[in-house]
Amino acid sequence: MCGIAGLFLKTPELQPKLGALFSPMLREMSERGPDSAGIAVYRDVGRNAAGDPRHCKLSLYHADPAFDWDGLAHDLGAAAGIAVEVERLASHALLHATGAPAKLRAWLLAERPEVRIMSAGHSLEIYKEIGLPAAILERFAVPQMAGSHAIGHTRMATESAVTTEGAHPFNTGDDLCLVHNGSLSNHHQVKRWLQRRGDARFQTENDSEVAAGYLTYRLSEGASIAEALEAALTDLDGFYTFAVGTGDGFAVLRDPIACKPAVLAETDDWVAMASEFRAIARLPGVEQARVWEPAPGQVYSWGSE
Amino acid sequence: MKAALAAASEALDLDRLEVRDLNRRLQGAETGAAFEVLNPLGRHSLAVGLRRPVEVTLRGHVGYYCAGMNDGGRIAVAGNAGTGLAENMMSGLVRVTGDASQSAGASGHGGLLVIEGNAAARCGISLKGLDIVVGGSVGHNSAFMAQAGTLTICGDAEAGLGDSLYETRIYLRGQAGELGADCVEKEMRPEHLAQLTDLLARAGIAADPADFRRYGSARELYRFRVSNLGAY
Repeated sequence: MCGIAGLFLKTPELQPKLGALFSPMLREMSERGPDSAGIAVYRDVGRNAAGDPRHCKLSLYHADPAFDWDGLAHDLGAAAGIAVEVERLASHALLHATGAPAKLRAWLLAERPEVRIMSAGHSLEIYKEIGLPAAILERFAVPQMAGSHAIGHTRMATESAVTTEGAHPFNTGDDLCLVHNGSLSNHHQVKRWLQRRGDARFQTENDSEVAAGYLTYRLSEGASIAEALEAALTDLDGFYTFAVGTGDGFAVLRDPIACKPAVLAETDDWVAMASEFRAIARLPGVEQARVWEPAPGQVYSWGSE
Repeated sequence: MKAALAAASEALDLDRLEVRDLNRRLQGAETGAAFEVLNPLGRHSLAVGLRRPVEVTLRGHVGYYCAGMNDGGRIAVAGNAGTGLAENMMSGLVRVTGDASQSAGASGHGGLLVIEGNAAARCGISLKGLDIVVGGSVGHNSAFMAQAGTLTICGDAEAGLGDSLYETRIYLRGQAGELGADCVEKEMRPEHLAQLTDLLARAGIAADPADFRRYGSARELYRFRVSNLGAY
């Protein structure tokens, strides 16, 4: 089944409350997916006071709670000739550095294949774990997080194992993430197609990671997120409701026969999406919101073009 | 009479009451009792399994399977309804002022379901005698394999309307997408006009019956043909 939720804030004044507004949304989706959960938060673009645009972030995971993150940061910094800072968050570590996220990702894939790259980008951070959504939200202190938008997923596994890696969201390119409710029937075929075309590397057997990889490929070709999703309507086969985040944007797409549920709500201050209305029901100003069910096969997007 | 009912209605607040307790209260109520349900906030399975003419008004949006299996209850939703509204309804009235999600009125046997806004995909799927009146449009594959009853659509219908239809009458005011297999436009005779006039009046929807077209089954799919015997 799976539950998905997304919140995109249009009003900067609300940004300090992103985590507080979003956490109840994801908790409300627990019954749709109690085996694991994940959260993507977009925050702190340009972490230092000068707003250094080269600042980038990687959220990483290792199964060993005693894993030497400082050693990894040191080795990465030495190899790339940059300063790397580590911030530990439960089973995850957030690496702050300067430079292109893709370079750091490539080094990790080559030199530290045992480390899972949850996300790489300038503003995106992804945290995911096995267990009940409420516990996972608390473990990563999501209710206290500020930011511009967040996407989350509560998983009931269908296409691959119940593991931390198999939880959503999936990030395959800088700042892009995707959550998925449904199942893709041609993901092996699409994965091979992507692997032939570029340097797409997948970390799991999950069909949703293939969808994320597909969007990354289309964006690398110069497509907008809306155009990439339009192309997905032709190339991806199966049942799906996608919620997609980019560095400054948010998008939603349902398959052409709308097998999987979705509801959207919009006010002047925010756009919210969820599998069911009850996730949205307590957002401030929801009484005045425009609430609707996204049409099958139609791309909805906000923020970036 | 309406004012008297409203004055006597009992408020049930779902921020203080479990859904299971709400349903138990409504199912056990005497004929003619009236209730106002506060803070539904998209919760599932509200006001299900009513078996007496009890008045229930839900103040806000409701989640999945609202008013399911209704047998005699008069249930109003002042808001939108999620998937599976009034599924398998037997009798009574269900009215939604906003939109309804997928599979509204599925398998309904009797009574009247009024959706003042739009209904999403598969509205009235496998209908078995319920009358559905939609003030707006319906999504794809509405009235799929419907067997009895009526589906009245004041707006448009997406593709697949009446796919594999048996005997349900479909009245459509707006445009139809590509019709489902075996669904065809049929002549609007006086008895159909009379039925539609009555349905719109009971639904409280102001629309001119003369603007509607009727669709039904061509009855090509489910007829046994002796010439096909060799294929079985």
